[in-house]
Amino acid sequence: MAERCAVVGVGQTHHKAKREDVSIAGLVREAAKMALADADLTWTDIDAVVIGKAPDMFEGNMMPELYLAPALGAVGKPMFRVHTAGSVGGSTALVAAHLISSGIHRRVLTVAYEKQSDSDAMWALSVPQPFAAPLLAGAGGYFAPHIRAYMRRSGAPEYIGRMVAVKDRLNALRNPYAHLHLADIDMKMVEDSMMLWDPLRYLEACPSSDGAAAMVLSSEDAVSGHYPPAWVHGTAMRSEPTMFAGRDQVNPRAGRDCSADVYGQAGITNPREQIDVAEVYVPFSWYEPMWLENLGFCDLGDGWKLTEAGATAFDGDIPWNTSGGVLSSNPIGASGMLRFLEVAMQVRGQAGEHQIDGAKVALGQAYGGGSQFFSMWVVGSEKP
Amino acid sequence: MTDETVTEPLGPVTTLATPIRLDFEFTPGVAQSRFLRGLEQGKFMGQRCPKCGKVYVPSRGSCPTDGVPTTEDVELANVGTVTTYCVVNVPFAGQSIEIPYICAQVLLDGANLSFMGLIQEIPTDEIRMGMRVEAVWVEREELKPSLASVRYFRPSGEPDADYETFKEYL
Repeated sequence: MAERCAVVGVGQTHHKAKREDVSIAGLVREAAKMALADADLTWTDIDAVVIGKAPDMFEGNMMPELYLAPALGAVGKPMFRVHTAGSVGGSTALVAAHLISSGIHRRVLTVAYEKQSDSDAMWALSVPQPFAAPLLAGAGGYFAPHIRAYMRRSGAPEYIGRMVAVKDRLNALRNPYAHLHLADIDMKMVEDSMMLWDPLRYLEACPSSDGAAAMVLSSEDAVSGHYPPAWVHGTAMRSEPTMFAGRDQVNPRAGRDCSADVYGQAGITNPREQIDVAEVYVPFSWYEPMWLENLGFCDLGDGWKLTEAGATAFDGDIPWNTSGGVLSSNPIGASGMLRFLEVAMQVRGQAGEHQIDGAKVALGQAYGGGSQFFSMWVVGSEKP
Repeated sequence: MTDETVTEPLGPVTTLATPIRLDFEFTPGVAQSRFLRGLEQGKFMGQRCPKCGKVYVPSRGSCPTDGVPTTEDVELANVGTVTTYCVVNVPFAGQSIEIPYICAQVLLDGANLSFMGLIQEIPTDEIRMGMRVEAVWVEREELKPSLASVRYFRPSGEPDADYETFKEYL
C-alpha cells in the first residue's frame, strides 16, 4: 500500500432483537457518533463516508444511502454504498481503507448496519424463481447441507458444533454490546434447542439483531484519538461464482486465495503462530472448524480438533471471536464490520473484558452470499 | 372540533408494517430457455463445456471455469444421487411446502453440478448422503417451463452410491 492507514475510532450500538427507540438513521448515527468521539474528531473533520448493508430487500428500504447521507454528515462530501452480501461490513471497511491508502482522503468514516426487526431476511432470501424449486429456507437452509458435507468429509464428532455455540455465547458475556447474553448456556441447552435445519439446531445459529458499526480510518499524518491506532497491515477481497462444476463448497477457493493474499501483505507465513486473536464470520457453529481450515490455521480435516482442544477458546492459543461473534450478535450488514472493528479494538487495547492481553496482530474475516464473497484484513499495534 | 378531542396521549409510533408485493418479469435467455423448454417436455436438459467436458444443468450458456460458450445440448437422466441435504423444520413467510421437508442436493446422472431438490415418499430420518433418487413429474398436461414441473424426487430403490463417486461434488 502506498499510504499507511490506521483505525483511529470505533463505535457500535448495543445490538438487540428490536431497537424500537431509533430509526435506521438513528441507529447508524449512534455508531458513527461513538466512532467520532473515540477518534476525538467531529463531523467536519471527515472527508468521505462509505456505508454498507446487506440486500435492500431485507428492510424493503431501497437505496437507503440516499436518505442516510444527512444523518451521517455526508452532505457536500463523497459518499459510497457497498454491497457484497453478508461480507459487506468487511468489504465496506476495505473500500474506506483503500481511499486512505491510495492517498485520496485523509479521514474516512465507514458505517454498516442492519435493522432486522424492520426486516424479513428469511423471506427475502427465499424468493421463488422459475429455474429453481422453492425449497430454500433462508441462510440456514443453504448452509446446513454444506455443514453436513464437512462433517462427513472430516469425520468430526457431532458435538463440535455445540462446543462452538457454547464458547461464543460465553465470550459474549464479556461484551456489553452483544445481543445474546445467555448466562446459563451449556452443551445440554444447545442440544435441547429446536432442530431448525437438521443438522443445525436453534442455538447453533446466529440471532436476528438490530445494530450498526462504525470506524474512522485515517492516514498516518492525521492520526488522532484516545487509544493508539490500529495499523492496517493487509487487505484482501475475493469472489467466486455460486455454482460451478468442481466447486468446493466446504472449503471455497475464494477464501483460500483471499487469506493467502492478506497474509502475504502482512508477512504472515504461520497464521496460528503469528496471529494473536481473530474475529471470523461464524453465523452457524460449524463454520468455526470449516474456516480454521480455509484460513490455514491447521491442515485440512483438522479444524474440529483445534476447536475440541480449546485452541480457539478465550484462554486458548488462538482465541477466535472473543466478542461473542456473529453467533451472539447478527445485524447482518454490520456483522462483517464488527469482525474488522473488534480486531482493531484488540490491537488498540480497548476491548475491555474480552481483551486478549498483549494482542499485537489480529485477523478480521467476513464472508457472504453462498460462501462466494470474502473480505479480510490484518491489523497490528505497530506500523507495517 | 375542540382541542379536547386530540389531547389523548398516544405515545410514539415505533413500528408499522408496510407489506411489499413484487411481481417480476424473468428473461431466461437462450441457454436457460433450453432448460425450461426441456422441463416443459418432462426432461432435464443440460449443456457440455467444449473445453473441460463438464455438463451443467441448468446451463447459463457459458462455462464458469473456462469462460467459453457451451453449445452441445445434453439430455440428463431422470435419476441421480443425493450428495448432501438438510431437513428444513423452520416456518417462514411465503413457504409453500409443509415442514419438515428434505432439501437435498441432487446430482443427476451425467451432470457435473448438483441442484436443490425436494425429497418425498421417505421419512425425514431415513434420508442419507448417497441415496439414489428419481424425479416425479406433474401430469403431462400440467407440464410447464418451470421447475414446478418436477413435483419432487423419491428413492429409486437402487443401492446407495459410494461416497467416493460423489465426494468431489460436495
